[in-house]
Amino acid sequence: MATSSERSPPPFPDSEDQYVLDSEEVGGRDCDEEDGEDLFMSAIEPPLTDTTLPTASQTSDDLLKPPSDIMNNPLNEPASGQTQNKPASAAVSEHSDDFIDLTNNVVATLKDATEISLDEPSDDFVDLLGSETEPPREEVVLADVSVEAVMGKSEVAGSDTDSPGDGKQEAKESSPVPIIDLSESSSSNTQQPPGTDKVFDPLADLLNDSPLITDAKNPRSTTTDPFIDEGSDLFSEPWQTKSAKQPQKSLFGEPDEDLFGEPLHTISKKTLNKEQKNKPVTTKAAADDTINITGPLQESKPVEPADLFSEEAVASAPSISNTSKASAVNAKTNGVLSEEDTDIFAEATVELSLDSPRTERKKEVIDKPSATALSLSAAASLTMPQAAALEELEEVEEEEQEDKFDIYVSVKDPEKIGDGMNAYMAYKVSTQTTLAMFRNKTFTVRRRFSDFLGLYEKLSEKHGPNGFIVPPPPEKSILGMTKVKVGKDDSSAADFVERRRGALERYLQRVVNHPSLLQDPDVREFLEREELPRAVSTQALSGAGFLKMINKATDAVSKMTIKMNESDVWFEEKLQEVESADQHFRKLHTLVESLVIHRKELSLNTASFAKSAAMLGSAEDNTALSRALSQLAEVEDKMEQLHQDQAANDTFSFAELIADFIRLLGAVRGSFDQRMKAWQRWQDAQAMLQKKRETEAKLLWANKPDKLQLAKEEIAEWEAKVTQYERDFERVSATVRKEVIRFEKEKAKHFKRQIVKYLESLLQSQQQLIKYWEAFLPEAKAIA
Amino acid sequence: MMQEGLDDGPDFLSEEDRGPRAVNVDLQTDATLQVDISDALSERDKVKFTVHTKSTLPNFKQNEFSVVRQHEEFIWLHDSFVENEDYAGYIIPPAPPRPDFDASREKLQKLGEGEGSMTKEEFTKMKQELEAEYLAIFKKTVAMHEVFLCRVAAHPVLRKDLNFHVFLEYNQDLSVRGKNKKEKLEDFFKNVVKSADGVLVAGVKDVDDFFEHEKTFLLEYHNRVKDASAKSDKMIRSHKSAADDINRIASSLYTLGTQDSTDLCKFFLKVSELFEKTRKIEARVAADEDLKLADLLKYYLRESQAAKDLLYRRSRALVDYENANKALDKARAKNRDVLQAETSQQLCCHKFEKISESAKQELIDFKTRRVAAFRKNLVELAELELKHAKGNLQLLQSCLGVLKGNT
Repeated sequence: MATSSERSPPPFPDSEDQYVLDSEEVGGRDCDEEDGEDLFMSAIEPPLTDTTLPTASQTSDDLLKPPSDIMNNPLNEPASGQTQNKPASAAVSEHSDDFIDLTNNVVATLKDATEISLDEPSDDFVDLLGSETEPPREEVVLADVSVEAVMGKSEVAGSDTDSPGDGKQEAKESSPVPIIDLSESSSSNTQQPPGTDKVFDPLADLLNDSPLITDAKNPRSTTTDPFIDEGSDLFSEPWQTKSAKQPQKSLFGEPDEDLFGEPLHTISKKTLNKEQKNKPVTTKAAADDTINITGPLQESKPVEPADLFSEEAVASAPSISNTSKASAVNAKTNGVLSEEDTDIFAEATVELSLDSPRTERKKEVIDKPSATALSLSAAASLTMPQAAALEELEEVEEEEQEDKFDIYVSVKDPEKIGDGMNAYMAYKVSTQTTLAMFRNKTFTVRRRFSDFLGLYEKLSEKHGPNGFIVPPPPEKSILGMTKVKVGKDDSSAADFVERRRGALERYLQRVVNHPSLLQDPDVREFLEREELPRAVSTQALSGAGFLKMINKATDAVSKMTIKMNESDVWFEEKLQEVESADQHFRKLHTLVESLVIHRKELSLNTASFAKSAAMLGSAEDNTALSRALSQLAEVEDKMEQLHQDQAANDTFSFAELIADFIRLLGAVRGSFDQRMKAWQRWQDAQAMLQKKRETEAKLLWANKPDKLQLAKEEIAEWEAKVTQYERDFERVSATVRKEVIRFEKEKAKHFKRQIVKYLESLLQSQQQLIKYWEAFLPEAKAIA
Repeated sequence: MMQEGLDDGPDFLSEEDRGPRAVNVDLQTDATLQVDISDALSERDKVKFTVHTKSTLPNFKQNEFSVVRQHEEFIWLHDSFVENEDYAGYIIPPAPPRPDFDASREKLQKLGEGEGSMTKEEFTKMKQELEAEYLAIFKKTVAMHEVFLCRVAAHPVLRKDLNFHVFLEYNQDLSVRGKNKKEKLEDFFKNVVKSADGVLVAGVKDVDDFFEHEKTFLLEYHNRVKDASAKSDKMIRSHKSAADDINRIASSLYTLGTQDSTDLCKFFLKVSELFEKTRKIEARVAADEDLKLADLLKYYLRESQAAKDLLYRRSRALVDYENANKALDKARAKNRDVLQAETSQQLCCHKFEKISESAKQELIDFKTRRVAAFRKNLVELAELELKHAKGNLQLLQSCLGVLKGNT
């Protein structure tokens, strides 16, 4: 072992560099998931080889060798029983064992290393690390998670998203940004808590020292239980966590992947290392406490670490202070963990030394039974994230449920009612549903266009201020409607009516698919009630319309004057995204419209050419050629129809889809505006409160007790308002966030569906085209 | 030279397939005289064609030589044929149309002006498009001029023309100038007189059923072909703009894809890629329709005009002959200037018969040539359409497969 460790140090630096590069590359790649998987695979493979060949030379890389050695050693010594069990599962198990050992010994160093490593790999990591660093427990947890994750990788069970969740949770604790990531990965979050639990368990197992384990178990009864059961299964759990890591990657998106990617690269043997690192971190947390506990591990570790960690270990050692061995182990583990990590570790070690406060905290925690401390801290850290995760999960579930509402609304049979300029279009709105809230399973009502607008007015008035994205109906079109009213059976009028019908149908469908809007009595009334009071305010030229215009104008002005210093990066980014998307969609829409125009033109021109070709055919005095020409005319005739159909497809499948999204993006912006308004209200109230307080102070100074009472009451009133408004703002923010996420999901779904549909229509027309020309070809060949 | 003449006659119709150039007439030049345009250079508003000749004819100093010619010199050659009385009985190969780069040059200029208002990708894309368009027009122009030379070279009589040989061999500027205003005016009046005369002459009942039939046929055919050519041009133009739209949609989708933060971005990029490819195919479809259909129609528009001109010359000769007959009758009745009238009558008769004789063969050749050219082009058109449609279909299928796999 000693020799191996000695050898290992030199190779590591090189390998580290390489790894770092790799990690960077990975980060650069967008599709990290795949890479990550590959990495995992590779990581897994090497471990296996390691298991078979303890010398680690199998992996070929120098780096690999050292880790493998380390792994083997630690595994054999500390976890021997466990490791043996695990080997069967795979090389991974070995790694995990190693990690465990390392973690035990190294814990302290590991923490540092993990922190460092995390920072380097990616922001997310940093966050994670940060969180870890702050709460030692968290770090420990992370380490565990990572270890587990490694294990999981080998298993690739994928069942556990837990580890990611943990990471997320930690991240949340550490900083808001990480939280965001977590929230995005919401689904994983829910799983996270268990993962963390698992992590703890493994640690506990690793620690072997009953106190730690028991403590850990106690705080998180659920987690502990699994661990206990798993007992020897510790490895298996860790494996799960590994799988969890993969999920995490996906959840976190790129950053996670990057992180993983790096680890993975390193992992090839280093995944293990990373895991180990993580473990070490955990162990560190524990280590401070645990060092003593991990005695056995320490023994094995000290030798290796000494080489690998060297500097780092030293640095960490002081902070940890618990055991030089532990630090050494940690260092080793770090080196083992990954070459990249070593750099990280170097930093980490520095951090550790700097972190003395942390360590102190840890120590404090440790003061209690180290294991308990760890578990507790972990539990504490976990609980927060878990709670968040749970919330998120609930949301996700909710959303999913929402999407499953069994209701289908169709808008059919547009019919012109009345004559002249008083004419209007009425549509048949049919609903099919199994929801209990409706009296019947199917019902149909007749609604005119302004009813649709009226519904929107009501909904947006009610739900808009709360931050809901109320799906907007198609705009009023005086030009289009005039054409219809004039009543020419011209195709553009029919086109207009069909467009509008489709847009109305999609609008209603969106409304009823929205979980909150469906509950609205107005929606139900709209769908069910025979007669609806006439919506007057929707008329463009009515008094109400005029008022609305003024309102809009004042809104626009106030929007310009409100200077919101956005505290939430998420909202800022989303708003920017929405705005640029809006711009691009608009551009795309004009382009598609122009495609439609050109396609129609093409259809028209094809028709006239078909006619000319037919005439030319009749003029031709060569019989075969004449025949071929008239055949050509027929083909062109069919092509005309094809182009016309395609133009319709362009319109209905593509242009309308984009138009819908432009409208929806407008609604999204509206919800952002509502949030801003809520913020403004809150700020105003705060300013007001401030003023009131100042008056109070003045009164106090002036010694006017009579007015003082009044002032105090006012302050109380405004304080209540401020809290109220603040809560409102938070609520609106939460709703907007939820709605935007929902919107994005819907957008992706709709877009994919519609585009696929559109492409299928293109496909069909190409098939027709082939058929036509194939029929023509023999005719052309028959010309003699 | 003389002995070679016999070789070509019946071979007009067979294939002449050289490279991608649009040759709408099927000609075979035998080895004794092969003409092609090996190079062309666009200088400002002038296009300089390098005319390359390979010949074993004894009246050329060398076996292989090249000269640089401009469009005006082609026109001069054509006009010299038209004005030569000896060729009245032949369908004079139609002169190539004037190179017209104005439209695409204008567009290029506009593009330069609008450079600031579009993104870099859009600009480069537009530029590439325009350059491709310019190149296409250029190639087409070259092909048209080449076809003219090939037709002349393949003609049993015209290939022996001295002017033609000078055109091919004289390695300096022929110093033909564009027509000046006076000449243009004269041309205009000549045309007016000719068409007025054509109407008069057309009213004359032909003694020969073959020519009578050809006359009515050509009149109608010419109008139809004119119509079809214009319509096909329009159709192809709108096809091209549709392809351009698709192109722009593709780049717009691409920007959306790069901007989008959700997993939709890959979707956008994929669709953008598809559109980009579809656009290429659509553009190819339009270009091939242009080449195989519109150019064919355009060529036969001019060729049928040349055939009509031949018929006019024959009818003119016929009228002259009849007038000469009348004059002879008169002279005999008055017994004055009989000899002179007789000579002129014989001259007219001879001329008319000569024209009729060669015209008949020319018209028959015209028809065979036309049928062969249409066959070739229509078959190619159908094949290309099929090829493109299949390519497009495959593209859509694979893209749909990927997209559905993703969702």
